[in-house]
Amino acid sequence: MPEITYRQAVKDAMVEEMRRDERVFLIGEDIGTYGGAFGVSAGMLEEFGPERIVETPISEDAIVGAAAGAAMIGMRPIAEIMFMDFILLAMEPLVNQAAKARYMFGGKATVPMVIRMPSGSGTGAAAQHSQSLETILMHIPGIKVVAPSTPYDVKGLLISSIRDLNPVCFVEHKLLYKEKGEVPDEEYTIPLGVADIKREGSDITVVSSGIMVHKSLKASEILADEGISVEVVDPRTLKPLDVDTISKSVKKTGRMLVVHEAVKTAGWAGEIMASISETPAWDYLDAPMRRLAGKDVPIPYNPKLEAAAVPQVDDIVQEIRAIVHNKY
Amino acid sequence: MPPTKVDAKFDNEKTEDVLTRAEKLSLSKKDLVEMYRTMIKIRLFEEMADKLYALGKVHGTMHLSAGQEGVAVGTGTVMHDTDYLLNHHRGHGHFIASGADIDKMMAEFLGRETGYCKGRGGSMHIADVDANNLGANGIVGGGIHLAAGVGLAIKMKEEDNVVLVIFGDGAANQGILHESFNMAAIWDLPVVYLCENNQYGMSAAVTRVSSKVPFKGRAEAHGIPGYFVDGNDVLGVYEIMKNAAEHARSRKGPVFVEAMTYRYFGHSKSDRNLYRTKEEIQAWKEEDPIGRFETLLLDAKVITDADIDEIYQEMNQAIDEAVSFAENSPEPDPSDVTEFVYA
Ligand SMILES: Cc1ncc(C[n+]2csc(CCOP(=O)(O)OP(=O)(O)O)c2C)c(N)n1
Repeated sequence: MPEITYRQAVKDAMVEEMRRDERVFLIGEDIGTYGGAFGVSAGMLEEFGPERIVETPISEDAIVGAAAGAAMIGMRPIAEIMFMDFILLAMEPLVNQAAKARYMFGGKATVPMVIRMPSGSGTGAAAQHSQSLETILMHIPGIKVVAPSTPYDVKGLLISSIRDLNPVCFVEHKLLYKEKGEVPDEEYTIPLGVADIKREGSDITVVSSGIMVHKSLKASEILADEGISVEVVDPRTLKPLDVDTISKSVKKTGRMLVVHEAVKTAGWAGEIMASISETPAWDYLDAPMRRLAGKDVPIPYNPKLEAAAVPQVDDIVQEIRAIVHNKY
Repeated sequence: MPPTKVDAKFDNEKTEDVLTRAEKLSLSKKDLVEMYRTMIKIRLFEEMADKLYALGKVHGTMHLSAGQEGVAVGTGTVMHDTDYLLNHHRGHGHFIASGADIDKMMAEFLGRETGYCKGRGGSMHIADVDANNLGANGIVGGGIHLAAGVGLAIKMKEEDNVVLVIFGDGAANQGILHESFNMAAIWDLPVVYLCENNQYGMSAAVTRVSSKVPFKGRAEAHGIPGYFVDGNDVLGVYEIMKNAAEHARSRKGPVFVEAMTYRYFGHSKSDRNLYRTKEEIQAWKEEDPIGRFETLLLDAKVITDADIDEIYQEMNQAIDEAVSFAENSPEPDPSDVTEFVYA
């Protein structure tokens, strides 16, 4: 299989869907000649022209609102929000309009749209360009939230998101754009709401997503040398959440750690722990369930502070050791 | 001036020679030299910041304002120390022109504990709250709503100052501008809106993404007086800003100024400048605000070539000192990462 980057996988999914379905279009800031702030849509203007690569003023509220309006009458917009932080300027059309239209109108409306947004810290861009806000989105009925960690998952999940009949927030991690992985040439999709086991193990289940999957895998390698066998489960879709796969894994390992970059308080780790406590896996637990998350702070500028604000490989290693060695 | 993408007449005077203009504006020769010095300081400071970025000493992202010093200094010279400033991401010049300590600025860029924000904010969030500078902003248009609140509080507290909010042409397309204009207008708030039109919001040419320019029509639609000024003419900016600030200061309500200028560097560190030509950038460099002012001052014998050399030397030295202050300052301790979240 050919290897492509995470960035290329986003683009390939969009390009293939735009070729297949003329209702699909991309709308956002600087997505044409500039190629998007992270270069994801570079070259798409040349292929599809300004009618389908719709470059907007700096007006996030109107971008998401316009995408929702277009979706309501049958188009399939993909809106790019340059940094996830800016979705906060567009919460009204997303939460009060797009998310609720179908329900309010008795199931008669559909709002098939995707909002792509790069999340996360690690670039030194500080507090207003580094947030992981997926939990806020997960809280809203009517919205689906996807957060892929590999190029393969990106492509399969983005195609499914574009074809989905609901508003889907597609959360890309900006540090992963350069990450490479195998992606088949032929078309494939990955259904929303299905987790993936990224590494099999028997001592502990680590649930993580986005960049934390990679950090968890690195931690697992280190721990393997000490004889600790880690299973890494990537939900891939945070909403709907595949509780079943996680529960089965926890039943097998008897321990669970959830790792995310988003801040700890009211983060989705809590949702996963609560969900697991509602399943039979609860009876199989040999240790308290734990979570390792971003500290409850805005992301600082100084690189050492920035690194200290979110879980690093070493933190994951130590936390797993503590759980497995019954320190809690 | 090279053809601007906004086709309209400027509201500032520019006919008379520099000394006559200065006299009309009550600016002494010393004031003129000071304005020139500040422009050089900004230019050299940013060139150093760019160099440090290339060396990996400044990280993250940075938005340089080289080419826009006329707006910064024309404005900064007008404003009072007690006025509030809501700056934007491309605001190094405005901060320096409002009297920033470049040691603390450089330390912030290097993420040091001695920086204006103790290394927590960086270039894009630099602030000096003690001096009524309420910060640069990473959110395009992020200061525009705050301005209405600051203006309202000035009135409530019966302070005699004003708030200056600075934003780009790109930010003028955020819907919040209308909400803020409307509030400021109905409540007669002492807000000076300054739109620094450098003709691009990232890669978006202002005329491509804006229904109607100059933007002053948008202000006028709310009953707010609007002015359009040549931003590369530092005296023109001074003249218009002086009138504008006076309008707000004498409690006649909000006012809007749009200064036409140009940015030389890319938008930020990821820009490959694919949306404009080298020729266009060059044509604007020939209208450089520093170059234009320098010529005027030389022609009027306000300064000599020797003075200029001296100013450059002095400023370079001040900037080198700022760098060494920053480099010798401690970094924050990572165990303090949770400090400052709550009061
Ligand atoms: C709400 C929001 N949207 C988008 C961005 C990304 N961005 C940063 S600066 C910029 C262009 C701003 O243009 P303008 O207001 O004209 O200021 P300039 O950069 O030209 O000084 C964009 C799109 C942002 N920081 N915040």
